[in-house]
Amino acid sequence: MSEAAGKSYTPPPSELGPGQTSHTTISEKVSSIVLTKSTPLVWFCSLVVGFSLIGVLQIAIAWLFYEGVGVWGLNNPVGWGFAIINFVWWIGIGHAGTLISAVLLLFRQKWRTSINRSAEAMTIFAVMCAAMFPLIHTGRPWLAAYWLLPYPNSMDIWPQFRSPLIWDVFAVSTYFTVSLLFWFVGMIPDFATFRDRAKNVITQKVFGVMSMGWRGSAIHWERYEMASLLLAGLATPLVLSVHSIVSLDFAMSIVPGWHTTIFPPYFVAGAIYAGFAMVLTLMIPLRRIYDLYDFITDRHLENMSKVMLVSGLIVGYGYFMEQYMAWYSASTYESYMIHNRMFGPYGHYYWTLILCNIIVPQLLWIKHVRINTLVLFVVCMFINVGMWLERFIIVVTSLHRDYLPSSWDMFHPTIWDWATYIGTMGLFLFLFTLFVRGMPLIAMHEIRTLLPFGKKEH
Amino acid sequence: MNQKPSSPWYGLLAEFEHPQDLLAAAEGAYETGYRKMDAYSPLPIHGLAAAVGFPRTNLSYIVFACGVLGAIAGYSLQYWIHVIDYPINIGGRPLHSGPSFIPVTFEMTILFASLGAVFSMLGLNKLPMPYHPVFNAPNFERASQDRFFLCIEAEDPQFDLEKTHAFLDGLNPQEVTQVEH
Repeated sequence: MSEAAGKSYTPPPSELGPGQTSHTTISEKVSSIVLTKSTPLVWFCSLVVGFSLIGVLQIAIAWLFYEGVGVWGLNNPVGWGFAIINFVWWIGIGHAGTLISAVLLLFRQKWRTSINRSAEAMTIFAVMCAAMFPLIHTGRPWLAAYWLLPYPNSMDIWPQFRSPLIWDVFAVSTYFTVSLLFWFVGMIPDFATFRDRAKNVITQKVFGVMSMGWRGSAIHWERYEMASLLLAGLATPLVLSVHSIVSLDFAMSIVPGWHTTIFPPYFVAGAIYAGFAMVLTLMIPLRRIYDLYDFITDRHLENMSKVMLVSGLIVGYGYFMEQYMAWYSASTYESYMIHNRMFGPYGHYYWTLILCNIIVPQLLWIKHVRINTLVLFVVCMFINVGMWLERFIIVVTSLHRDYLPSSWDMFHPTIWDWATYIGTMGLFLFLFTLFVRGMPLIAMHEIRTLLPFGKKEH
Repeated sequence: MNQKPSSPWYGLLAEFEHPQDLLAAAEGAYETGYRKMDAYSPLPIHGLAAAVGFPRTNLSYIVFACGVLGAIAGYSLQYWIHVIDYPINIGGRPLHSGPSFIPVTFEMTILFASLGAVFSMLGLNKLPMPYHPVFNAPNFERASQDRFFLCIEAEDPQFDLEKTHAFLDGLNPQEVTQVEH
């Protein structure tokens, strides 16, 4: 029993950097981000930018509610514009968090432990931004409850459960609830660490309440581990179902360009692709600002780049399949749709999309690119833009010219479209900035299990 | 809390530096015949709950039951709305459109099972619990950081302040302390 006690030096596990060799250093390093009086200047800058953009969002939404959805660039064929594009973009970003925390847990990918917490936070905030769009796009969201939620009312109005839009309401609200629970449950033992390390009485009380009196009892851990495993098992099919259902919003219709069976897997791959790009967009600056090189190592960057490469190739296959099916279906409308998409008035968007999502990410085949943070960051930015363009193309080019040439029209986003979109980015940035400073950024109790003398024997 | 404690002490707490020392100590205490005890650690340790005499948790059965309940609730909600309460012909689709009811049924299954997992975990663990006697022990704040503790509780029939103290001392701990209520 005193075998390990005699060891003077234990090498760090392969998932961590050289500085993290004991339970003590892990607790100290992660708590030092929150339990300190000094805050990096860049944190304040990020907070100010985020908060200012929330102001933009508030103005845009206030004007929308006052004037109606006419303030957006919507018209008769393009009845779904930025609201659905941004909804799908945000919710897709969110999926990487669940993938990292749930799917990689089931696959026993231990490297996930240092990034899962912040990726889950990203999920929660991205879903909050996403969920805002379907609500505000009604223009009168206080009336939307009638057709969104099945509640007994005097007019006997019920939602239509045969519609994919109502499936979406259930999928997204379930996804948000489960992600929030998973995130919170994961933080309970880490809140306890903060409670026990805090010097200030108020901080102790706040984290004491948040940790719910967690004391690390073996019996509690037993149930806790079981609950985490079950939640991961439940979240895995959930995340696949959510983006499949999002894609059914399109695929259940008969619009050329939407009515395809490849949409569910193609959308899920796109979500993973966009989500990992956003995780890297957040992690690369974060590990620099807070000196987290021991936790987020080059190995993490490489692994995430490889996931992006694979999901990017699946997305590329999806683009190819759309073209192939347009030809193979021998449908005039399908083939016109793809021709219009590539060479019509929005053609330059399509080729930018191909550049961002297919061509530039091929750089990830090169190892130097995968571990060069600057180049990798630029590649991720291309993917972030590319995935937004993908949703723009799917929504707008399919709708603006469908069956009847007499009802063709162009979609031009207005300043209010852009203000709402950029405003949600501000909301996301603001919430993520607060999270970094106030909550355990890295799952300490999971990192501790990586240490050799804490390793579980299976 | 409302019943009077039989002893002024909650128990005896031994502190260890390494997880495997705690695991060995817990196994030793169980072999010696102690039954009312608990171990505290900053990370989950495989086999520790079994070592302090806790059988496998039945959480998974509760979660399964919640999932089944969610599936039934989700499907019957849609059936009741579209077939019984307000039957209306939309696009010639059957009132009972089974396949269209599956996505919401699936989501409700996941939702109920997840809520069941979290709240039964917290409920069975009796959390939130703002006060617990072990927090009175000096150095116990390290139980959430880098130290490992074994507590033999005074309620144990074999508990004897001196004998149990001597037993814990024999396990080679960093320190043994008496925990007040």
